[in-house]
Amino acid sequence: MLSEYIFWFLSFVAVFSAAGMIFSKNPVYSVLSLIVTFFAVAGHYFLLGAQFLAAVHIIVYAGAIMVLFLYVIMMLNLNKLEEEKKSLYIKSLSFFAGGVLMLVLIAVVRRTEELQTIQPAVYNADMGLTQHLGKVLYKEFLVPFELASVLFLSAMVGAVYLSKKELA
Amino acid sequence: MEKLVTLVPLFPLAGFLYITFFGKGFSKGFIGTLASSTILLSFIVSVLVFTTQMHGAHPAIVKVFDWITAGSFDIDFSFLVDPLSTIYLLFITGVGFLIHVYSTGYMHDDEGFNRFMAYLNLFVFFMLILVLGDSYVTMFVGWEGVGVCSFMLIGFWYKDMKNNDAAKKAFIVNRIGDLGLIIGMCLLFAYTGTLKFDDLFIGGSDASGIPGGVGTAIGISLFIGAMGKSAQIPLHTWLPDAMAGPTPVSALIHAATMVTAGIYMVARSSELYAYNEIASSVIVWAGILTSLLGATIALTQNDIKKVLAYSTVSQLGLMFVALGMGAYSTAVFHVITHAFFKALLFLGSGSVIHGMSGEQDIRRMGGLKKFMPVTHLTFLIGTIAISGVFPFAGFFSKDQIVAVAFEENKIVFILSLLVSACTAFYMFRLYFLTFHGKFRGTHDQEHHLHESPKSMTVPLMILAVLSVVGGFIGLPHAVGEQMGMHWHWLDHFLEDAVVMPSIHMSLSTEVLLMVIATIVALGSIAYAWTIYKKRGVLADEDKDMESSAQKLLYNKYWIDEIYDALIRKPVDRISHFLGKFIEPKIIDGIVEGTGSLTKNTGGIFRMLQSGSLSLYIFVFIIGLIAILLSL
Amino acid sequence: MQLFHNITVNHYLVLSSVLFGLGAFGVLFRRNAIIMFMCIELMLNAVNLTLVAFSKMWNHTDGQVFVFFIMVVAAAEVAVGLAILMMLYRNLHTTDTTVLNKLKF
Repeated sequence: MLSEYIFWFLSFVAVFSAAGMIFSKNPVYSVLSLIVTFFAVAGHYFLLGAQFLAAVHIIVYAGAIMVLFLYVIMMLNLNKLEEEKKSLYIKSLSFFAGGVLMLVLIAVVRRTEELQTIQPAVYNADMGLTQHLGKVLYKEFLVPFELASVLFLSAMVGAVYLSKKELA
Repeated sequence: MEKLVTLVPLFPLAGFLYITFFGKGFSKGFIGTLASSTILLSFIVSVLVFTTQMHGAHPAIVKVFDWITAGSFDIDFSFLVDPLSTIYLLFITGVGFLIHVYSTGYMHDDEGFNRFMAYLNLFVFFMLILVLGDSYVTMFVGWEGVGVCSFMLIGFWYKDMKNNDAAKKAFIVNRIGDLGLIIGMCLLFAYTGTLKFDDLFIGGSDASGIPGGVGTAIGISLFIGAMGKSAQIPLHTWLPDAMAGPTPVSALIHAATMVTAGIYMVARSSELYAYNEIASSVIVWAGILTSLLGATIALTQNDIKKVLAYSTVSQLGLMFVALGMGAYSTAVFHVITHAFFKALLFLGSGSVIHGMSGEQDIRRMGGLKKFMPVTHLTFLIGTIAISGVFPFAGFFSKDQIVAVAFEENKIVFILSLLVSACTAFYMFRLYFLTFHGKFRGTHDQEHHLHESPKSMTVPLMILAVLSVVGGFIGLPHAVGEQMGMHWHWLDHFLEDAVVMPSIHMSLSTEVLLMVIATIVALGSIAYAWTIYKKRGVLADEDKDMESSAQKLLYNKYWIDEIYDALIRKPVDRISHFLGKFIEPKIIDGIVEGTGSLTKNTGGIFRMLQSGSLSLYIFVFIIGLIAILLSL
Repeated sequence: MQLFHNITVNHYLVLSSVLFGLGAFGVLFRRNAIIMFMCIELMLNAVNLTLVAFSKMWNHTDGQVFVFFIMVVAAAEVAVGLAILMMLYRNLHTTDTTVLNKLKF
């Protein structure tokens, strides 16, 4: 029972802080709201038994990526930035598009009846643990893992090159 | 033993590469010696290979490397060693060596000496490939190679635009011929599936399976190739212009070796022609007309090299007459003797030009006998040899051609006698005007007059000896029996390589023909002597030419002008029309229309590209929704 | 199918649909490039959530490994993207996407 309540609570927090991120005028508040959303998502991961991912999610997103965002916002001194007033036209269009997309997705999900009939799997408590995940990652997914490191390297080079003070 | 033949073209190639890449720092003496010795080595190897063939070795194919393998088309780069190719090897390397030695003297003061020697070596290399190749394809490599070398050597003094024009003319006219050769090769391949001489003629004789009409087409196409290379009507115009090159080049390429490639090719394909009346008679008539044309034009030319050039055209025509009449070995015989005496004459004229400080007009010469004794004597020998006086080399080979013509076609026989008469006349006219009478040049030239150095006179002497005795390889029956020597030695030697004519004339006819030929030659010589020596008539200056016949001949029948009017001008006009109307209006219209159509269509569609990120994402999301809805 | 108690996989799918829709809306609604960027991160997270839910459903690890790789790519993307934003700001003194409309005709 408790986990059901936790699910509803976390979902509520995630959706509302996501909305807060979008509507906040100050970018710093946006970032903080997004961090809250990320924490809620991490909570969901815990609920789903993916403890390792939850930890990594907090470390990478909340810890690294969002700090990077904050850092950039502060460096660029964007917290005072006033956006121009948006026209009603643009507002309604974006409401329409985002809303319709959401509704359509939900409708699609609702229609997937096969999902209702699938037999519950035997729950494996070890599945989301570091040890188990590590074995899969280093055995079956070794090549993508190595490729990911190459991707990181190139991203690193790109970031350094792009943010150099003077470009020729 | 035959394997050694690979070395023959390898030496000149090595010489060419060495001089081109490392020759810069060396003295002219070293380069000259190097270039000449590579040819000498080739000559020695050729002699070795030749002796094996002479002692009756079977024709051999020496494979060098795999070349083209595509489906049923399989060509190795290999050499065919048989009597025909070995005898060509012998005189190419032999005469080539003498001309190399001569060049070291003649070109000694030229700044492009290294380049010249390198080109000569390269030329010899390609010429050897041409005669050694065991298929039309390999032969074609050499064929094009000598064409390129000829182009480079005619335009050797490239600073003068006239020389470049002559080089281009030679190259372009040759290309026309080459097209014929390529067509012939393609036809041959289409009907027999092979281009190897071995399969076509010697062993399998695939050539006999070709239907008659196609055989004629192939024969004529190949002959067009030969026309280009060997300067036959109507593709003869390049050869006289090719005299723009240095004189050793004229001697080696445009008299002794390259221009006889056409004769080699036809002789090599003798089995193709032997059974084809039409193609053969085309060759005969093209040959005799060329011969007559060359001989008559040579009567009036005043440039020493031009006379010799037209003489070459005329002699080549005679060789083709022999080929067309089925006397392939006779043609080869005349090729060899011609190589000796024409190389000698060209080198002699080079010596004269050298002595005259570059003057080529015989109206400015005269009386050179006492200044250049060696040149005079050797030139005289060459002149007698080409005129066909017994027992010089030219007599025997020309007599054989005349004899064949007598048997086959009386009109051609009479025309060939006429050619002989003209030949003797213009050669002695040249001789008398150059070496006899009073010196007509400037004082400066007279002051500079000198005999040429040893490196030039020694090759002249050797060639003079060859011009005297060269004819003994093909003595006629009557003479050979009298002298107790082999008669028709060359014919017997070439028996396996080319088709032999079935002409058997009686001894009395043979003797009679020889007597007629001698009378004609001596009569012409005597006539030339009375006009130019006894009466001391001089060649007319340009403005003094009055009779229309003289003008016609002096201007070479206006053939260049006719080509100009018939081909170049219309092509020019068509090009002009195309350039002025078709190109800007139609072609450009289509091209630019395509461009502007694309541009305008793009102009309409680029309205969508507002550059607004929000709009893009909006459209993107609408698309996503559409996809989801359609699921 | 139930994941725990009354919560089925559909609950999670709906949740992530909502988050994804919010992200898409945010990208359209805001003009500040940094906020748009964060919205994209939100959409990525919505997808991650479905993957983890499916992983639980099938009792299979692959879904979680995919999430792991998506995080890797997202981190690389953020690094490069923010660098581009820095450069843009340095040159144009704005992160407003309406100004960045040079990629048009």
